[in-house]
Amino acid sequence: MRGFGGLTIRRKLTSISMLSSMTALVSASIVFLAYDARTFRERMAARLATEGEIISFNSVTPLLFHDGEAATKTLGGLQAETAVRAAAIFPPGGDEPLATYTRDPAAGAALAAPRGTPRSAALFEADRLTVLQPVQFEGRSIGTVVITADLRELRARQRRYGGIVLVVLAASFLLAMGLSRTVERTISGPLLELAVVANRVSMGKDYSVRASGEGKDEMGVLVTTFNQMLDQIQKQTLELEQARSELERRVDARTRELATANKELEAFSYSVSHDLRAPLRAIDGFSKVLLVNYGAALDDRGRHFLDRVRAATRRMSELIDDLLGLARVGRKDLVRREVDVSALAGRVAAELARRDAHRAVRVEITDGLCAHADPQLLTIVLENLMGNAWKFTGKVPAACIEVSQDRNGARGAFYVRDNGAGFDMAYADKLFGAFQRLHLDSDFEGTGIGLVTVQRIVTRHGGQVWAEGAVGKGATFYFTLEPKA
Amino acid sequence: MNERPILLVEDNADDLELTTLALAEANITNPVVVATNGVEALDYLLGTGAHAGRDAAEQPVVVLLDIKLPLLSGIDVLRRMREDERTRRTPVVMLTSSKEQVDIAATYDLGANSYVQKPVDFENFVVAARQLGLYWTVLNQPAEGVPPRTGSPR
Repeated sequence: MRGFGGLTIRRKLTSISMLSSMTALVSASIVFLAYDARTFRERMAARLATEGEIISFNSVTPLLFHDGEAATKTLGGLQAETAVRAAAIFPPGGDEPLATYTRDPAAGAALAAPRGTPRSAALFEADRLTVLQPVQFEGRSIGTVVITADLRELRARQRRYGGIVLVVLAASFLLAMGLSRTVERTISGPLLELAVVANRVSMGKDYSVRASGEGKDEMGVLVTTFNQMLDQIQKQTLELEQARSELERRVDARTRELATANKELEAFSYSVSHDLRAPLRAIDGFSKVLLVNYGAALDDRGRHFLDRVRAATRRMSELIDDLLGLARVGRKDLVRREVDVSALAGRVAAELARRDAHRAVRVEITDGLCAHADPQLLTIVLENLMGNAWKFTGKVPAACIEVSQDRNGARGAFYVRDNGAGFDMAYADKLFGAFQRLHLDSDFEGTGIGLVTVQRIVTRHGGQVWAEGAVGKGATFYFTLEPKA
Repeated sequence: MNERPILLVEDNADDLELTTLALAEANITNPVVVATNGVEALDYLLGTGAHAGRDAAEQPVVVLLDIKLPLLSGIDVLRRMREDERTRRTPVVMLTSSKEQVDIAATYDLGANSYVQKPVDFENFVVAARQLGLYWTVLNQPAEGVPPRTGSPR
C-alpha cells in the first residue's frame, strides 16, 4: 500500500473497489478449488474402495486355493480404471503377492506388502492413493488387496480449474475495473469540479463562479456548502470594495477640502503679510514725524504717549512677523537631510552674539551633533530655543547656554540648557500654547509664538518637545526629530 | 548727481506720504514722480495713455515698485517692463510690505534689481530710503547710449 496517500482520488476509489472485489473473488476461488480437490479425493477413495471390495470378494477362492492365475484375472478387471497404476493380492503375512497387476510395468516394484492387522484404509501420499482392502472368509482375514492409483487426474483437474479461475478472475478484473471507473466518476467527478472551481476562486479571485452538482448525498452537501461559502465571500468582498471606495471618496473629498483650506490660508497669510503692516508703518511714521516736527508743541506726557504708540506698533509688527513665520513653518515642505547640528548651533550663537555684542554669554556646544532633519526648519528651532536662552539669561551674571544631546536617554533628545530665569514646572504645559507667556513683557520681551513655532516644526518631524526648569535655576528644552522607535 | 526723476509706484496714500517724507529726510533731491497703480506706471514709463507724448527714452533713475497694486500688480508691471526693450534696463527696486519668499523669488526671476521690505519703524524706513536714494542716484551707473538689443532678456 506504499504511496496510497499520494494517489489521485480516482485511483484511490478504483483501487478500493478493485481490491475488495478481487479479494472476494480470489477467496471464493480458493475455497472452491480446495473444496473440489477434497470432493474429488473422497470420491476417488470411495471408488477405489468399492473396486477393492469387489476384488477382495472375487479373491476369496483364488486365495483359498492359491490360484494365482485366477487372482491375476480378477485384478485384470481394474483395466477399466485408468487411474489405477498397480494392484496386488497378498496372502496373510506374506511378502510375495499371489497376483499383481501393473498398468505401467515401471511402477510395479512400488507395491509393498501391508504390515500389521489387515484393515481397509485409503492412504494419500504426494502423488498417489493407496487403498488396502482385507479379504475376509468366514470371519477371518485370508489376504489383502492393495490398489495404488495416481493422482494425475486430480492434478490435471486442478490445473484446468485453476486456469478457468484465472480466466474468470481476469475477466472479472476487467469488468470490475470498467464498472468501478464508471461508478467512481459519480464521486470523483463532483470533487474534481469542486477542485477546479476552488482553484479558479483562489487564482483568479473570481468569487462569482459556482460549483455544479448540488444534491442530497454528502458530495452534494459539500458542493452546496462550498457554494454558500462563495456566496458569503462574494458578498463580503463586495461590501469591502464598497467600503473601500467610500473611504477613498471621503479621503478625496477631505483632501480637496484641505487643499482648499490650505489655499485660503495661504492667500490669507499673503494678504496679512502685505496689508497688515502698511497701517502700522503709517502710525509709526506719522507719530515719528509728529514727534520730530511738532514735539515742541507737546509736553513730556504727550511725547511719552507718542512713544507708547510707536512701541505698540513695533510690537504689533513683531507679532505679525512671528505669526507669518508660524504659518510659513506649517506650509513649507519638509525636506530631510543630514544636518550638522553643532555647526548650525554655532552659527546661531554667533548671530546672537553679533546682535547683542555688549553681553558676555558662555555658549557650550557639544561637537559632532547630527540630525536627519529639514535644515531650514531646524535652524528656526535653534534660533528660537537659543534665542530664548539668550534672552532669559539676560539678568544673571555668568550666563551660560549649553547645546547638546542626551545620548543616554532612550530617545537621544537634543537639548538647549540655560542658567537663566527658568520657570515654574506647574505651568510647563502653558509653555507651548500660542501667545502664552510666563514672564512680563517688561521683564523679557517676546510674542509668545516662538515655542509654538518650535513645537510645530518638531511635530512635523514626528518628534516631541518638552521642557524642565525651576524658577531662578534655568531651563532645559528637549526635542526629538524622529518618530518614536 | 543724476537729476533724472525717481518713479514711485504706490497705491497707499499713507505709504506714499511716508516714502516721500523719508526720501526728503534722506536729502534725496531728485524729483519724485508718483503713479498710484500699475497701468499708470506703465503709461509713464512707455509714454502711453495719460502720459502719451512723453519720451520713453527718458527713463527714471530708479523705479520704486510696490507689489500689491490695483489693476496691474507690481509683478505684472515688472514683467511688462522687462519685455519692452525701452524699459528693459531701467533699474527696478521692489519696495513692499511683505517678505514673502514667493514674491522675492518671482521678482528676481523677472529681473528686479533689488528687493526691500519697507520697515515698519519710521527711523529704519528713513535709513532705508537714504541708502536707496544714495545708491541709485549717485553710486549706480545706468546703461546709456547703447541702443537696446531686440529679443527677450532671458
